Amino acid sequence: MSDIKKIKDNYIDKLNTENNIEKVNNIKSELFGKNGIISNEFKKLGSISVEERKKLASDLNNIKDELQNKISIKIQEIETKEINLKLEKEKIDVTLPERNIEIGKIHPVSQVIDEISSIFSEIGFSVEEGPDVENEYNNFTALNTPDNHPARDMHDTFYLDNNKELLLRTHTSPVQVRTMLKGKPPFKIIAPGRTYRSDSDQTHAPMFHQVEGLHIDKNINMGHLKGCLNYFIKEFFEVNKIKMRFRPSHFPFTEPSAEVDIGYEIKNGKIVIGEGNKWLEILGCGMVHPNVLKNVNVNPSKYQGYAFGIGIDRLGMLKYGINDLRAFFETDYRWLSHFGFDPLDVPSNYRGLSR
Amino acid sequence: MKFTVDWLKNHLDTKFNNNQIIDKLTNIGLEVESFESSTSELDTFIVAKIINAKTHPNADRLKLCDVDIGSDKTIEVVCGAPNAKNGLLTVYAPPGSIIPKNQMKLSISKIRGVTSYGMLCSESELLLSNESDGIIELKNNKYANKIGEKYFKNTSEKVIDLSITPNRPDCLGVRGIARDLSASGAGKLKINKKSNLKYRGNQNINVTIKKEKAQGCTIFGSCLIKGVTNKESPKWLKDKILSLGQKPISAIVDITNYVMFDLNRPLHAYDADKIDNEIIVRSSSKGESFEALDNKKYILENDMCVISDRSGVLGLGGIIGGTRSGTEYSTKNILLESAYFLPRSIRKTSKQLNIDTDAKFRFERGIDPLSIEEGLIKASELIKQICGGEISNLDVKKIENYKKTIINFDPFLFEKTTGFNVENKELIKILEKLGFNVSKNKKILKLVVPSWRPDITQPIDIVEEIVRIKGYENINTSEPIKTRLKPTLNYYQKLFHFLQRSVASKGYLETVTWSFTDSKINQLFKENDEEIPIVNPISSDLNVLRNSIFPNLIFYLKKNLDRGFKDISLFEIGPSFKGKNPGDQLTVIGAVRAGKVSRLSWNDKERIVDTFDVKKDVIQSLYEAGINKDDIIIDDRTPSYYHPGKSGGVFQNKKEKNAIAYFGEIHPSIIKKLDIKTEGLVIFEICLDYIKESNQKIKDSKSEYKFSDYQKSERDFAFIINKNFKSQELVNIIKSVDNKLIKSVRVFDVFEGENIPEGKKSIAVNVTIQSEEKTLNENDLDNINKLIISSVESKSGAKIRS
Repeated sequence: MSDIKKIKDNYIDKLNTENNIEKVNNIKSELFGKNGIISNEFKKLGSISVEERKKLASDLNNIKDELQNKISIKIQEIETKEINLKLEKEKIDVTLPERNIEIGKIHPVSQVIDEISSIFSEIGFSVEEGPDVENEYNNFTALNTPDNHPARDMHDTFYLDNNKELLLRTHTSPVQVRTMLKGKPPFKIIAPGRTYRSDSDQTHAPMFHQVEGLHIDKNINMGHLKGCLNYFIKEFFEVNKIKMRFRPSHFPFTEPSAEVDIGYEIKNGKIVIGEGNKWLEILGCGMVHPNVLKNVNVNPSKYQGYAFGIGIDRLGMLKYGINDLRAFFETDYRWLSHFGFDPLDVPSNYRGLSR
Repeated sequence: MKFTVDWLKNHLDTKFNNNQIIDKLTNIGLEVESFESSTSELDTFIVAKIINAKTHPNADRLKLCDVDIGSDKTIEVVCGAPNAKNGLLTVYAPPGSIIPKNQMKLSISKIRGVTSYGMLCSESELLLSNESDGIIELKNNKYANKIGEKYFKNTSEKVIDLSITPNRPDCLGVRGIARDLSASGAGKLKINKKSNLKYRGNQNINVTIKKEKAQGCTIFGSCLIKGVTNKESPKWLKDKILSLGQKPISAIVDITNYVMFDLNRPLHAYDADKIDNEIIVRSSSKGESFEALDNKKYILENDMCVISDRSGVLGLGGIIGGTRSGTEYSTKNILLESAYFLPRSIRKTSKQLNIDTDAKFRFERGIDPLSIEEGLIKASELIKQICGGEISNLDVKKIENYKKTIINFDPFLFEKTTGFNVENKELIKILEKLGFNVSKNKKILKLVVPSWRPDITQPIDIVEEIVRIKGYENINTSEPIKTRLKPTLNYYQKLFHFLQRSVASKGYLETVTWSFTDSKINQLFKENDEEIPIVNPISSDLNVLRNSIFPNLIFYLKKNLDRGFKDISLFEIGPSFKGKNPGDQLTVIGAVRAGKVSRLSWNDKERIVDTFDVKKDVIQSLYEAGINKDDIIIDDRTPSYYHPGKSGGVFQNKKEKNAIAYFGEIHPSIIKKLDIKTEGLVIFEICLDYIKESNQKIKDSKSEYKFSDYQKSERDFAFIINKNFKSQELVNIIKSVDNKLIKSVRVFDVFEGENIPEGKKSIAVNVTIQSEEKTLNENDLDNINKLIISSVESKSGAKIRS
């Protein structure tokens, strides 16, 4: 027995220093092969007495387990080493550039339109649209702005015919007319879109964007108008506090009419909304004029409500610190990359209006 | 509308300070544009310091001074004063300044070969004293830290500039503004002093208003003032005129202007001796002409309201007078006119002749028809006071009487509209102060509208008057009502949203370009659409509505290429116009892609963008937007601006006329015409309106989940086929062999050339075969293989490649 123990210790020592997988396998067959040392010892068990056999068998089994265990650990050890060595050789320079990334962007006007739609969607408005080319009636007359009205001078209109019958809409308000003509009250819509006026300088572009709002029901009053716009401005600028001022004004299609200013100040060259004592005009609104309601077959003694019109480009400029309106429409690759938004930045209520 | 606070106080007793007045004006709807001193000619003179005075290179007596005028750089000024020396503080006048002494305008000039930018001034040149020997020497302790500031204090009174909305003609006069302020509690409107003017004799120039259909004048009031001495206006009057931003002319003209701005009552003064016998107010005939006070000759159309005498047209009523009867310093006798002209007539005439005057601006908005006498009296009094003379009785001719506007007003309408309540007592007080005559009939107020408020015609107008005077800050801020009437977006609006972001996510930058474009570029893309010219375009290269989304995109693509960008992907989503009527427009996505893929890549081979790049972009975008894969058919029918051999259309149905999308290379001739320099240019477009609305929502369209665990087999086939045979058809033929068993067919190789006969190509496809019922044995698979080969060969004329 002591012989076998010696042999075992001998092999354990051998295995401890062995690093070649083939040699380990050789040891394995030397021990456990058909005529292996350990295998032969087991064969001898049949020829000894029962008492001795019990003891010897148990010892032999322990030795066998120990050796087998040692061998398999060794094999794994060597294999791991070999793999690591192989992988080490395969190493690449991961700081080399990735394949070209093509980054697309959403134009600030589109982003702002989506932000606006998301905010108004939260308070139950749906989106309506109207054509860019309008007739004179929908753009002016139906909106209580007859031909001889000086208010028409405030809109420098692009015309498509000499009779001034067809024109590019000067505001999104004709969508009010279309919406009310084709439906029945109540109405609760916003209508974003392109609008056109024939002036062009640093602060005016011949095409710009507006969003119209209209809420007509039985008891909608100026308090609702104020509440709706207050909510909108706060949400849009993503501030908790807003300084807002309603100022009487005049639009032929609303009465009473108001212009809305928001308080701001300039801090470190950037505009900060909601603080300060400067005022900035951002939108026009009012209660829809009874004459307009009559023109679209809505009974003004039963229904009333408000409308508003907001300059989208201007709002975007304020929120995102863009200085030049003209640049919106000049398709400069650098500008689009700089001010554009990631297509995955979809404004929504649960994920937040903007990142 | 400009005026000074002093002027306002002629009409308003107020304890308000300037800032309170300014705030109040804005709060009641008279928006203050600015409140500042009017500019003065003396503003340009500034405190300056001579940094270095050296001798002029070409003149011993002159000096060349480097002068600090408070800006970044010093200025070089040539100066002849003996006292010009280093460190002297003095007064500098830049080029453009007018020197008070001789009224000369300074210009940049060369003095003995050296350019002098402006000049340093002596006391006499500034009319401060007779000292002319040297330039002013300013005291160090007082001026050392004022370099660059104005030397003269601007003592002129600050001017309020209001932006008056077109509905408020009454506030185009200071008195109207004062009235509004008084109603809002800012003070008390002063009562006009009763005139004690003495009249002598009659106005003996006969006035006739002709009764014509197009007559634009309904009242013509006048008086004669005889024996006047016209002259320069006194200082107080000049100051008033200057504060309006206008130039004083003569006492008589200044007085008529003053009354116009004071009472919003335009007047006109004629030299009575230049009137030929009588005044006839009538409609013009085409071709009549006259020379107006703006020194232009106007040729009239029919039916313009003119003031004439026996010799012809004197002026355009309510718009502009003529030179023939204009007043001069030598004028002795005046006919003063105060009339009422119809807004519609004024507007039409002034538009036709393109004239804009202060009088026209006012008559167009509506002048108080009951202010005829008031205007004549106020102006006559001033003329008598300043120019002397005797005033005749007033002569007022009318062809129509003024009708009062009466409104029955239910005060409940106020609360219903504004959401808050104002006591009847207060409401009546506001209206009375605004000039309404109020009487009560039970709950209803009977209101007589003041004659100066043509804008007020119905009860809602009264609500506006009360709420604006009461103050918009009294309106509550109600919580938004969240009720929803219908979904926020409809199918096409959602599609717009999905496609927009889907295309952007493929690496395209979204742009927004004008809806109009250059007809020359539009021509290349308009196909059979009619051109839609704009009558009054902003410029000749933006003269038509775009018939296609591409003209502007291509134009701006070229601009960016010219900026040095090589790889450009741009898109726009917006209207393209098919006709000039409302609604003749389509919502289209247009995308352009230029340059190379994998440019300067260390591991991939770079290549020029091609049709299959944009095909992937367009098809993937359509899938992402929810268009069913199986509903799409690709065809090679494309518009003529595409490369005829390298472009395709995407159709939702074989018979459909309109493609939902096109993709491919742009026609080489267009690239040449527009001189676009790029390695490659491919485009695609999606027409949203042609996409058929899906009638199922996702929640209803998910079919039952089925899958097969039986073994699948893949087989490859290569066919020799006619070159023009479409791979899509080949795939369809194979699929139709057994729709159940054949799970997919992929084209993995297309080859022409070596070993392939002329006019033929080799297409290799990989077919996946799998049953949902059993594992297919070799026999089953062989059968399918044979079927595939025989079907393809018989239906397409192809031959299997062995």
